[in-house]
Amino acid sequence: MTPRKDLLNISSLTDEEIHTLLESAGPMKELFTKSVKKVPALKGKSVLTLFYEPSTRTRSSFELAAERLSADVTNFTVSTSSVVKGESVQDTIATLQSMKVDYVIVRHHNSGLPNVIARHTTASVVNAGDGAHAHPSQALLDSFTIKEVFPDVRGRRVLIVGDILHSRVARSTSILMKRLGMEVAYLGPGSLVPRTEHSGIPRFSDFNEAFNWKPDVVYLLRVQKERQDAPFFPSAREYHKIYGVTEERLKRISDEGLYIMHPGPVNRGVEICDLAMDYERCLINQQVENGIACRMSILYHLTPQTQH
Amino acid sequence: MASSTASMLVMDEREIERAIERIAQGIIARPGAEPLALVGLLSQGDIIARRIVEKVKMLGGAAEYGAIDISLYRDDIFKLEKRPSLRSSNLPFSTDDMRVVLVDDVLYTGRTIRAALNALFDYGRPARIELACLVDRGGREVPIQPDYVGHVLDHAGAKIVVNLKEADGIDQVVIVEE
Repeated sequence: MTPRKDLLNISSLTDEEIHTLLESAGPMKELFTKSVKKVPALKGKSVLTLFYEPSTRTRSSFELAAERLSADVTNFTVSTSSVVKGESVQDTIATLQSMKVDYVIVRHHNSGLPNVIARHTTASVVNAGDGAHAHPSQALLDSFTIKEVFPDVRGRRVLIVGDILHSRVARSTSILMKRLGMEVAYLGPGSLVPRTEHSGIPRFSDFNEAFNWKPDVVYLLRVQKERQDAPFFPSAREYHKIYGVTEERLKRISDEGLYIMHPGPVNRGVEICDLAMDYERCLINQQVENGIACRMSILYHLTPQTQH
Repeated sequence: MASSTASMLVMDEREIERAIERIAQGIIARPGAEPLALVGLLSQGDIIARRIVEKVKMLGGAAEYGAIDISLYRDDIFKLEKRPSLRSSNLPFSTDDMRVVLVDDVLYTGRTIRAALNALFDYGRPARIELACLVDRGGREVPIQPDYVGHVLDHAGAKIVVNLKEADGIDQVVIVEE
């Protein structure tokens, strides 16, 4: 097996690679309890974060992951207003090559842009979210988090709630969950849940019906503010009433012992009520912590072609 | 593993047992007021560390047991085909002000021990650190020497294989000629 240079999506990973990435995240997480949380594994390597879309959480998570592995981290700030045309992407790639960075963490609104960068640089490229396409590190941290509460995840049921159609999180995380033997169902407005006849993923438009499917985990997607003006999208209040974890639904979730997950940052009162944030089986904070561990695992296992 | 290539038995079960007993006696014989901990390097060193702890206890001493994985501290991870797989360390006590004896199966270049020292210091500040190994095969590339040795070998180029019951079902040390 040739060493993997890039992590662009979940689909291109072998089962063995998925296993390795998830297995290593455990020992990475254990480092957080030591008095010195840093290890020298990536000493002398440089990591560049290249975010064309705003993201505080994912970027800081990758930065912390890189720093805990002793890599040097640089932020390549791209003005959010700048429209990136083919030409300037070429320039960016040339710049990256000249900077001799070893790892590039990319987020871009265009699906497939990380792949283009990966093909033209010797650095390892990690896709930190491209358009509605993929967000592989999120998928890994989600499955790792579920594995912590259910060591054998096979047959466990995850209900993903929200705008599935435009969500790279939903896409990547459900691909990985299914690869690991979990069952996935979607709940959301009809127009925002893709047709799933071929994938065998049940679709629901009503929360009670979805509850009757007996999920183990309710995974709430973030409501993207920019989508709220889009046609067919309910208002924040309506959304909360129909698809949110209300206090009433929290009672049922709690009675049935279900777990709650959310990729963050949450819109309180939209996807989730205040009370649910303090619910004992709410895994949102674990997801954040596990995100660092999984991203450390990703950086550790990739092999840049920048030197040998 | 019993190999089909030419191999020579260096230590059998009894010799390993006696070596571990000698190491335990040596550790106890050294004066020192600090509480003792045996910390093995994964994997194999942890098994030997556990056996030394048992022996120390049989001899009337007391010792904590721990195990650490030093993969993230190695200086050669990018020279390997792929990264070494990570294992869970197990150091459930503070090493501050303790006398820590690091334990490994084979001492060779000393680079692993260099990595282990760095790893250990990230957990706390032991009063002192000593080194025990089942086999010292020479070939040092850094100035590190063991305090307790089970068996000394001089077989440059040969491969030393340590099998332990807990992992391999048999206790033996063999030289495999390559």
